[in-house]
This record gives sequence, C-alpha cells and structure tokens, in this order.
Amino acid sequence: MTSLLSFYRVVRNDLFLIVCAVFLLMVIVLTIFGPLISHYRYDEISNASLQQPSWTHWFGTDVNGRDLLTRTFFGARVSLTVAAFGALISLTVGVSYGMVSGYAGGRVDNFMMRLVEIIYSLPTLVLVIVIVTTLDNPVASLLHRLGMEESYSRLVLIIVFLGFTEWLTMARIIRGQVLVLKQQPFVQASLALGQSHVLILWKHLLPNLAGLIVVYLTLTVPTIMLDESFMSFLGVGLQEPLASWGTLVANAAFLINPIRLYWWMLLFPAGLMTLTLLVLNFLGDGLRDAFDPRVKK
Amino acid sequence: MTAIIIRRLLQAIPVLFIVVTLTFLLVRAAPGNPFTTEKKIPAEIMEQLQKEYDLKGSITHQYAQYLWKVAHGNLSISTQYRNRTVNEIIAQSLPVSMVLGSVAYFLALLFGITFGGWAAIRHGRPGDRFIMLFALLGISIPIFVLAPLAVIFLALKLNLLPAYGWGSPDQIILPALCLSVPFAATIARLTRGSLLEVLKLDFVRTARAKGLSEDAVLFRHALKVAILPIIGYSGPAAAGILTGSIVIETLFGIPGIGQFFVNSASNRDPFMTSGVVLVFSSFLILFNLLADILYFIVDRRVKLE
Repeated sequence: MTSLLSFYRVVRNDLFLIVCAVFLLMVIVLTIFGPLISHYRYDEISNASLQQPSWTHWFGTDVNGRDLLTRTFFGARVSLTVAAFGALISLTVGVSYGMVSGYAGGRVDNFMMRLVEIIYSLPTLVLVIVIVTTLDNPVASLLHRLGMEESYSRLVLIIVFLGFTEWLTMARIIRGQVLVLKQQPFVQASLALGQSHVLILWKHLLPNLAGLIVVYLTLTVPTIMLDESFMSFLGVGLQEPLASWGTLVANAAFLINPIRLYWWMLLFPAGLMTLTLLVLNFLGDGLRDAFDPRVKK
Repeated sequence: MTAIIIRRLLQAIPVLFIVVTLTFLLVRAAPGNPFTTEKKIPAEIMEQLQKEYDLKGSITHQYAQYLWKVAHGNLSISTQYRNRTVNEIIAQSLPVSMVLGSVAYFLALLFGITFGGWAAIRHGRPGDRFIMLFALLGISIPIFVLAPLAVIFLALKLNLLPAYGWGSPDQIILPALCLSVPFAATIARLTRGSLLEVLKLDFVRTARAKGLSEDAVLFRHALKVAILPIIGYSGPAAAGILTGSIVIETLFGIPGIGQFFVNSASNRDPFMTSGVVLVFSSFLILFNLLADILYFIVDRRVKLE
C-alpha cells in the first residue's frame, strides 16, 4: 500500500504524468462503455461500404460497411484485455522466477539465469506464432465443450503464450534487486529468528519489490500490446469478424493504393493505438525514473 | 577464448534440437493435415501424398525420419509449396531477408548513435528534449503503422521512392528505413544514457585536463566505453529486426523468408515451419555469441563464460 501511495505522490507532482494517466483512464472507460452505447454492433455489416467520416459514422466505415468507431473501441477492448492479462501472467512468472533465482543464489541461480539467456536468444514471437496456429483447433473444441464461444480460442492462446514469453526482463530485474535485498539486516534478522524461506520471500521481499514490479508492469503492457497487434496484423492472431487494433490497421494497410486513399481507416485505429502506447511508455519511463534504484537521478 | 566459443557452439546443439523437435511434433500432433483442401481428396491419393512426403505411420516414426534428414542437412520437401525443397526455398529467400535486415540494422546504428550522442552533448537543452521525444515516439509507433504512412507520403504523394517490390537499390531504402526506426530509437536512448554516465567519469576529466579537444575526448575516449550497452542490446535487436522484417516483407511485397514462414505456419506445413524456425534460431544464437565475443573484446573487464 505504501508503495502505491508513493506512486500517487510521484504522479500528482508531475503535470505531464497526470495528463497521461487521465488519457489512459479515458481510453479504458471508452473501451468498456463505447461498444455498449454505440448504435452499431462491431460485426454489423451494411451497404454503406468505405464511407468517409460523417454524423452517422463518426470514424467512417470499412469495406463491409461496418462502423469504424464501434470497431475501433471493440478492437481496443481486445487489445487492452490481451495486454492486461498477458502482463499479469508475465508478472507472476517473472517475479516468482526472479525471486527464487536471486534468493537461492549459487548453482540454482546460475542455472536459472543461463536458461533465461538461452530463451533470450530464441525467436520467441516466431515460436508463439507456431503455437497459436497449431493449437487453434484443439483449444476451440475445448472451449466448445466448456460451453464458451469458440472464436475466442486464439485470444486465449495469445494471452497465455505472450504472457509466458515476455517475462524475461522482469525476472532479470527482480533477481538483481533480490540479490541486494537478501543481504539486508532485516532479512538476516528474520532468518535468525527462524522464519521460513517462503515467508521471507512473501512477507519481506515482495513488499520491497512492489515499486519495481509496478514500474516494469507498465513497460510490459505496451510490449504485449505490440506483440498481439503484430500477430493480428500478419493474420495469425485474431480472426474476423473479431477485431483488434492490429487487424484494423492491417485492413487499412492492405487497401492502400495510388488511386484512392481511405485515410480514416488508417488514421483512427492507428492513431488511438499509437497514442495509447506512447502514453503507456511515458508513464513507464516517468515511474522508472522515480522508482528504479538503478536509475541515477 | 577459443575453447569457450567451441563450448558455446556445442551448447547450441541441444537447444536447436529441442526447438526443432517441439516445432515438428506440435505441427504434426495437432489435428489437421497439410494436404487438406476445400475439395475432398480421395483416400488413395491422400495416402500416396503422405507416403511421398514421409508423413505416414506413427508420429514417432515420422519424427525419426525427419530428424535423420535434418542431421544430414536435408530439410525435406515443403508440403505448402509442392515440388520445392525447404533448402531451396530458404536458399532463395533468406539472402533477401538478410540484406533487408542488415541494411536496417546499419541504419539503426547510424541514426541511433548519432542522434543519441548529439542529445547527450546537448543534455537538458531543447535539442535533447526534442530528440528524446522523437525516440519515445519511434518506440511507441508500431512499424506496421509507420510503414503505411511512409508509403502514403513518401511513395504515393511525393513519389520519392518506389512503394512496392524488390530488386533495385532504391527499393531497399523505404522498407529498411521503416524497419530500422524502433531500433534506432532504442539505440539513441541507450547511447544518450550511457554517454551521460561516461562523461562524468574520471578518465574523461583526465582527457580534458590533458588539453585534448572536445571531439577527441568524445570520439576517441568516451564513445568507446559508452558503446557497451549498445553491443549488449544487439542480441534483442537482431531478434526484433527478424520478426519486424516479416511485417515489412508482407507490406512491401518483398520475397523474403518471412512470408514463407507465415504461410507455412498457417497451412500446417511441418517441414517448412520447422526448417524456418531452425534457421531463425541458429541465426539468433550465432548472433548472440558474436555479440558476446565483441563485448569481450571491447570491454576487458568482462569474462566470457
């Protein structure tokens, strides 16, 4: 809690970070309620194909006459959901891995960090593409059996596997900090009093890492968002009629031709996506400068 | 050092083995078949096809056959691009991707170090702020947003460069430039941060006290040390350029390896997918090793493990 309060203090004293936080909040609110109050469904096809922005369609329409405003915020919903849940998985894996590695030290630490280095030198996103395309059908039938929407199989796969690939940086940072923390007198004292290792990690180290974790979480969210949109852009991520920012930009990019420019199809989803990523990176940078002990002021 | 390099290369073999095994088994074990088409194929023809491509029998049998071929440098025949061997496709498309990637990497280093260094010298002044804002924008804007914008403005509106295709030198510039932007931005941020640290160190003060010109201090002394984080970043940068080039190749219609990879992964081509994953992984492992060796040569304080 104390670390959350100090976050609030840092953000409060920086007008620019306030603007960023407010923008992010607005995007989240619009993402949740936008598709609900819209007159159109995200997959509602009409004859009004490729129309310019107007009072009936604020962001214009796409090839199939679908309202782009609704689709942009529906896409935001998907992109933000993937980023949030993926980051949560990466946080859990990265923090526990880093803590165990740093706390155990010695050979275990050596081995665990060696493994991280090996994974670092593999084309992880390429492997995720292979996994998502091959496991699509089995997961779809599994979801069907559980009584859930089949078309969400890729969404689930992307969240899980991006979460399980983007934890390496977090693990390294946490491990480094645990190496420092475990030498501190309060940890030694707790050990001498007979506290178990698990409880030391949980009660003494984790609260001290909270600031660092939140900082790197804000930097993981844009990374995963970018990965997801990258896959969706290539057509190996989400499939139509579902939309994410990646598929919307792809739809616009492949329509580019020298004769007629459908600028609204690119401008709105790409603009909103870039602004969101920029704001997330600004926030992450600002918080890192304030909290990461390794960044010298 | 030679012994260490050999050990690292030997270590790469089990890693590559695991990666190829996982990829092949994943593609084959999942339901679905590379020969499935819209039309139903008669059972005899399907059987004949499977026999031809060594995809008959149990999965362990198929895997053993494939592994035997890979061990002999034969990546088998693509099921997606019939009648073409995976070796042949890779031999044709990999050089294209390599050229695109290396040009992009060179541009990223050139722009990143120049602008990052310039920002560090003008620390705190408007020039510095401006460059750093641009660098953050470069990191935030996805290349598949940047590339269409570049095509619209530079190619279609201003007619400066071709928007599509591959072959002539002027067709390389636009895709390589788009591909390089996020990495140039990251390198600029790294260079600035590291140069600011280094310029505070004692040896820089000594160099200045000796009466060296500011240029000599910067280029001959400070930059040599400040470059270290950039070498450290080269591994992740290579991985990023590799995946980024898949997008750029798709957008600009470049016949590189990226398109083949995406198509073969979506179409369950076990040999093409495993082959490309093998090539990508070996390339990155090799590149990381080279970066480590370079790091060791530049910084004598580091021990190569």
